Amino acid sequence: MTCTEFLAMLDDLIDDSVTTEMRADLQEHLRGCEHCEVTLSTTRKTIQIYRSHEVYEMPVGLRERLHKAIMERCKKGC
Amino acid sequence: MATIQPIAGENEQHPDVALVDRVRKGDISAYDELVRKYDRQIFRIAQHITQNREDAEDVMQDAFLKAYEKLDQFQGNSKFYTWLVRIAVNESLMRLRKRRTGKMVSIDEDIETEEGSVPRDLADWAPDPEQNYTQAELAEILRKTIQGLPPGFRIVFVLRDVEGLSTEETAETLGLSVPAVKSRLLRARLQLRERLSRYFKKKKVSREKGVKSDVH
Repeated sequence: MTCTEFLAMLDDLIDDSVTTEMRADLQEHLRGCEHCEVTLSTTRKTIQIYRSHEVYEMPVGLRERLHKAIMERCKKGC
Repeated sequence: MATIQPIAGENEQHPDVALVDRVRKGDISAYDELVRKYDRQIFRIAQHITQNREDAEDVMQDAFLKAYEKLDQFQGNSKFYTWLVRIAVNESLMRLRKRRTGKMVSIDEDIETEEGSVPRDLADWAPDPEQNYTQAELAEILRKTIQGLPPGFRIVFVLRDVEGLSTEETAETLGLSVPAVKSRLLRARLQLRERLSRYFKKKKVSREKGVKSDVH
């Protein structure tokens, strides 16, 4: 397996949607390729960081204000 | 990898269905529950697309009002959350078009870029690299980095990886094909990885004993 072929399967590997056979092939490639190993681990980390950190947090004051506005409008039947 | 949203089994009713039913019968408190359940996500999505706080506030409000108005049109064969996200994405794009009058705004723009299709920065990252930054610094890095992505990649990454929609739901929400979503997701992930590398890669240690390179 070449690095290009590995890269084409990267998302499926990360999303855990590869067959057992394919997984074995990918792992075989990883054992001999440090570059793809780094690409895989840092791409996983990228996703994990974006999932676990709020990039745009909604301030509580804003949340309550908008919430009140929405509910008032809905009570009037929008 | 598991998605963030809990997915109900085939015979199991999603809890939102009961809430939607209650709203249809006139129970406004059930809508209150739905708003509180999803307002953060809708705000985040709107902010990611419009990149403007005021617009995101308006989008959030308009999306929930529109969803309330159109609740009769909600078929129940998709999840309420996915349906709501679709409304919010459309509202966000409309808002963006208003702001950039005369300029085409589409989730298809800027997709010709080759950046990130081949990983260039192959240095490994420090273990727990985010710990080298304060929460505020990290949020700024993540914001700046994702803002630099072409809109069509950014939206796919946010819906699929941050908000936990499936590939199929993302495709349906954005009116894209499943292969298009997959190709954009890969490119988005690789571009973000490449750009974050400059902050997170292992710092080179000076050869002189006891002298460490600067950690910023």
